[in-house]
Amino acid sequence: MSDTPIPISTTLRSPAAAETAPRSASEAAPASKISVRDLSFFYGEHQALYHNDVEIAPSTVTAIIGPSGCGKSTHIRAYNRIFELYGKDRATGAVLLDGENVLGPDVDVIELRRKVGMIFQKPTVFPQSVFENVAYGLRIHFRLSRAEMAERVEKALRAAALWDEVRDKLSQPGAALSGGQQQRLCMARALAVEPEVLLMDEPTSAIDPVATAKIEDTVQDLKASYTIVIVTHNMQQAARISDYTAFFYGGRVVEFGPTRQIFTKPNQRQTEDYITGRFG
Amino acid sequence: MNGSVAGQAAGATGEFAGRQRRQRLLDLGFKSLTQASATLVLACMAGILLSLLVRSWPSLQRFGAGFLWSSQWDPVTEEFGAAAAIFGSIVSTVIAMALAVPLGLAIALFLVELAPRPVSRLVSYAIELLAAIPSIIYGMWGLFVFAPFMGSHIEPALQSWLGFLPLFRGPPIGIGMLSAGVILALMILPFVSAVMRDVFGMVPAVLKEAAYGMGSTTWEVTRKVTVPFAVQGLVGAGFLGLARAIGETMAVTFVIGNSQSISASLFAPANTIPSTLANEFTEATTPLYLSALVELGLVLFLITFLIQLAAQFWLGRLARGRR
Repeated sequence: MSDTPIPISTTLRSPAAAETAPRSASEAAPASKISVRDLSFFYGEHQALYHNDVEIAPSTVTAIIGPSGCGKSTHIRAYNRIFELYGKDRATGAVLLDGENVLGPDVDVIELRRKVGMIFQKPTVFPQSVFENVAYGLRIHFRLSRAEMAERVEKALRAAALWDEVRDKLSQPGAALSGGQQQRLCMARALAVEPEVLLMDEPTSAIDPVATAKIEDTVQDLKASYTIVIVTHNMQQAARISDYTAFFYGGRVVEFGPTRQIFTKPNQRQTEDYITGRFG
Repeated sequence: MNGSVAGQAAGATGEFAGRQRRQRLLDLGFKSLTQASATLVLACMAGILLSLLVRSWPSLQRFGAGFLWSSQWDPVTEEFGAAAAIFGSIVSTVIAMALAVPLGLAIALFLVELAPRPVSRLVSYAIELLAAIPSIIYGMWGLFVFAPFMGSHIEPALQSWLGFLPLFRGPPIGIGMLSAGVILALMILPFVSAVMRDVFGMVPAVLKEAAYGMGSTTWEVTRKVTVPFAVQGLVGAGFLGLARAIGETMAVTFVIGNSQSISASLFAPANTIPSTLANEFTEATTPLYLSALVELGLVLFLITFLIQLAAQFWLGRLARGRR
């Protein structure tokens, strides 16, 4: 996988030049952590997703881009079955996590959601202290001693690059932190239960640029241990932090491939129009 | 107005000044109107307090502070003390709150978190209808249906299980403190649960999603996220119920038994401040009797005022704790 960020500004200005960029053989799809097969989604009668197929490799960052209302969030909300909170919504097809269909009837949803953590558009700090926010999932899923709990909370806060900023504020209300810190607190909370997949639904859209940069850095650090799927409105962000990119339009996966290829030599006209800012 | 072209610039300037003056006048008028309305509320408060004080002056002079802790209430010898009525008001309200708050919480949680949409809507309508029933209806139903049922079923049962407590001794006649408390609970329940339902409805969906997304059960989400997030509003709902319960008159008057006595037994007849007032105003023939009743009203006014103060203080503290 390429580690160098892609200079999107240059590629956007000269898509023609990008066509000559070589396609590396190493970018062929490895074994998938998540395989989405023929996923369709319905809000009551209204169909929001049409036959989505996506393969997500382990220890990669996959970005989902596309204009508003194209089904990006809806798509990842199937991965942890969070859509089920609302009675009439349903998904068809399959989302295989390590080969097992998470949409199946016998899936332990609670364990699924431990394995597949989620970060939302706005920070969702619980009305508790900083420490208790991170300990939230640990208390639900594990039975830990006080010392183990403290250890795991610190580890999670370190993983979210927040420990140094809050080590003296652990007993303060989580809501007292700044917006960017709150979002990283939510990341720490999700990481504490040692998930395998992290779903991020526009995690930086409500946050200032400095805090955004911190979160992007954190995502890069986390990539080694987690499979990350990030929905984003920000194409530069997708280009900066992702290895693979899926372009959604009208509930369909228009194009999916290595980020470098999507941003330099898209196969579909729609993708090119979108990333060059011609619509959306 | 904005369509005036450049050629009319001079005229437009004059017009602009005039318009500005008009707008300033209009603003001033509007401000005065709203200010007057707000002042009216304060004036009413002050007026009520003042007239209560003036009318209760003879009684205040005669009995002093002893009015509050004497339970003597004898119109014949003109000895008046409010202790029994105050005690009755407080105990019946405590019973009502102890029943209505947990029940209201459960109903609200069911409606918001658990019930399917059509069920939730149906029950919500029923609750609002229940809140709209005039209290005299509760009173009549309480006297003819509920109190006899309490006397024949509930109170004997309580007595056989918990009779060792002084609370549940004495003849189970159905008319008394317990029945009044339960009726009050029924009356404030719709209020409390409707407000709590709205409070739960205001918890952001994404916060609940985040909690479910961590792998929580509904119980865990409710206990650790929804309720703590909504606690301020829930307390507010409780105080709304409390304020209503302590001032409620008709329904209580029907079932409480109207006896100026303090008894350890919840089965015994008792009295509250409002029901004493409702019962005895027509009989108050001497100026001192009337004055004592007005002083009861003053006491109720002050109790309600203190509850409001406590509520504000509590809510303020919660708000500071959150930030």
